[in-house]
Amino acid sequence: MSRSHKKGPFVADHLLVRIERMNAAREKRVIKTWSRASTIIPAMVGHTIAVHDGKKHVPVYVQENMVGHKLGEFAPTRLFRGHGSGAASAEKVEVK
Amino acid sequence: MARIAGIDLPRDKRVEVALTYIFGIGRPTANKLLAATRVDPDTRVKDLKDADIQKLREQIEKNLKVEGDLRREISSAIKRLMDIGCYRGLRHRRSLPVRGQRTKTNARTRKGPKKTVAGRKKTKGPGVGK
Repeated sequence: MSRSHKKGPFVADHLLVRIERMNAAREKRVIKTWSRASTIIPAMVGHTIAVHDGKKHVPVYVQENMVGHKLGEFAPTRLFRGHGSGAASAEKVEVK
Repeated sequence: MARIAGIDLPRDKRVEVALTYIFGIGRPTANKLLAATRVDPDTRVKDLKDADIQKLREQIEKNLKVEGDLRREISSAIKRLMDIGCYRGLRHRRSLPVRGQRTKTNARTRKGPKKTVAGRKKTKGPGVGK
């Protein structure tokens, strides 16, 4: 079920505070965050937010058409290195 | 000849069904259109009056996005997902299921025909590569 409109989009408070402070001061710095569940709001456009993927922070430059998505959508949590080992997988890649 | 939205409707079918030959119109939409234009869903396309055809055409034009326009809208929505690099876009790029379905087995609609992987152990249970 989708979130009630009454509440508005979810943005973690600590993130919102920092974004607003940076917008007020007109500065742009990379913000590290673990809050993958936060919705991207128009105030974030133009900032670079480093979103945690479970291991490191992936820098995400927020564009206008990303508004409405969640931060986590832009930092994949899985890394697929292919099946099999060494020679076999190398061969497979070549065939493709 | 009943030509609506650039599509020739099959002449011998009931309008209700014939309208679904247009991309973007299914049975519920077809019935809504017929109710709005007061055309009997049971009439065959060849028995339709020109005035009725015209009414249907206008109704579709006014309220719906069909055929080329709809296809364009869909593909641009997908393109947007791919361009912003979000998870759903990545899944589209790799032509894997987008909505969180399992891919260990099944997902053949998105992945296409099975590709056999050499050197798979048979004891591993119901594998995909057979």
